[in-house]
Amino acid sequence: MTLTPALEAGTEVPPAERVIDVRDLRMRYGAKDVLQGVTFAARRGQVLALLGPNGAGKTTTIEILEGFRVRSSGEVTVLGADPASAGEAWRARIGVVLQSWRDHGKWRVRELLGHLGAYYGRYSTEARVRPWPVDDLLDVVGLTASADKRVLRLSGGQRRRLDVAIGIVGRPDLLFLDEPTVGFDPEARRDFHDLVHRLTDVDDTTILLTTHDLDEAEKLADRILILSGGRIIADGSADELSRRVAGESEIRWTRDGQRFVHSAADPVPHLRELLQQYGDDIADLEVRRNSLEDTYMRLVHDFEGGPK
Amino acid sequence: MIETLRVGVARGLIEFRHTLTNAMDLWGYLFPSIGLLVTLFFMDDARVPGTDFSLGASTLPSSIGMLVAFGGLITIAQYLIVDREDGTLLRAKATPNGMNGYLIGKVVGVGGMTLASVLVVLVPGLFLVDGLAVDLGGTLTLLWLLPLAVVATVPIGAAIGSLFDNPRSFGLIMLPIFGVVAISGIFYPLSAMPGWLQGIGQLFPIYWLGLGMRSAFLPDSLAAVELGGSWRHLATFGVLAVWAIAGLALAPVLLRRMARRESGSAVAARRERALTSVVR
Repeated sequence: MTLTPALEAGTEVPPAERVIDVRDLRMRYGAKDVLQGVTFAARRGQVLALLGPNGAGKTTTIEILEGFRVRSSGEVTVLGADPASAGEAWRARIGVVLQSWRDHGKWRVRELLGHLGAYYGRYSTEARVRPWPVDDLLDVVGLTASADKRVLRLSGGQRRRLDVAIGIVGRPDLLFLDEPTVGFDPEARRDFHDLVHRLTDVDDTTILLTTHDLDEAEKLADRILILSGGRIIADGSADELSRRVAGESEIRWTRDGQRFVHSAADPVPHLRELLQQYGDDIADLEVRRNSLEDTYMRLVHDFEGGPK
Repeated sequence: MIETLRVGVARGLIEFRHTLTNAMDLWGYLFPSIGLLVTLFFMDDARVPGTDFSLGASTLPSSIGMLVAFGGLITIAQYLIVDREDGTLLRAKATPNGMNGYLIGKVVGVGGMTLASVLVVLVPGLFLVDGLAVDLGGTLTLLWLLPLAVVATVPIGAAIGSLFDNPRSFGLIMLPIFGVVAISGIFYPLSAMPGWLQGIGQLFPIYWLGLGMRSAFLPDSLAAVELGGSWRHLATFGVLAVWAIAGLALAPVLLRRMARRESGSAVAARRERALTSVVR
């Protein structure tokens, strides 16, 4: 596979502004290549969503960037340092929310946040006061009512909110979120999305998240990276991606109380015809371009089916 | 460093408090102590071979040596294994200076619980058995023996814990440790055992911790029934120091290796395995 020059440079992010800079990242377990030349960059304050089928290498990528896993080859710079050898001061600027935490079950919520926050105190700066005061943090993630509960008594959704709270207790410059909203009800999901916007707008936090929820990716991410078979097969905003795929638009309407659905590559002629014929009898008219889901399916399918 | 020490000690105290307020944990810690007390009570009428000194009174300090060794070796190892499985260690790794804070916290927390379990045996034990006395010499002995006991056992325990990543295989190392206890002169004098067992028993720190404790609590006349007919303080110090040095050399390497391997997918994989083994 050849990379386009734009992709190689990390899509128009000037080198000086790169919070994450990954070039030709490769990871090999035994004879299996999990990542085969991943290249991308992220700018300060950007939200990046990493999408891809299971086994595409999302978690491996994120773990390398977090400094939890040593890569086989390639250049990786995160907040100006190589994660494989960066020190504790670097660690203090990174927030991590992983899947499947079950730790500190006997601790009370407030106690745990206070304790973990204490590690960040010495890394406080004038521009970024660390740690996040516990009561504010509880309020921000919606755990105030559960502050004195033991962690093992929390519900699944509350536990996940706590994971997020721990991830941001040090007020990170860069936050990694691995499937953050699994187990959230719609309201919690909405709250979480508000929190992400707050983090990027108020604190200028850069966020890299993985998710299987394409809706969520579309709502949150400035840029979407689609990873498949250890390579990045697409990189751009949701709009840019859907323009890359020549798909069909969906037209829905009702007439005389009956629902109709029609698909067309170009919806305009069909629409014109429809309106000419029935005029005001048409109700609930909706035209939807390729959803991100369609785009994603097409890209992953084409990539997996096509020659490499 | 001072800051990490402060946060780590605070962590240890919080965990100590959690243990004290959790019936299951408390039972896990105190059950061995209560078992010991009952044993001591029934041993009080037996005599140390070759003397008319109560075997129970002689066993009390020995078993305190054993409790200290258990705290350092087994409890730390168990915590490391469990905390790896549930993600506590990974959390520590994701926090700046978190690993050091975690380890300091463990030493403080386990140290506190070990002290508590020693007191549970010692205080009632002093009333149950006759002939124990701590004089000035004994107090001085405790002053060097107890810190040395911690340094000789905790790093080795941490090293053992870092080698296992499955709580269910931990039983594998409990058996040999009980075997070592049996040949360490805790419940029966080592001098009454065959020579080759005496040799093996003296390789491990448990014998020396028991001997050191006996030297602190028992009258000096009882030194005569020990191997070599004396308390052998110099040898006690020497053997424990060797274990301490070995542990301090080994533990950081193994702990670093263990920490390096921690990642979200490693924790997830262990959880997966734990779930399937429960179902099976």
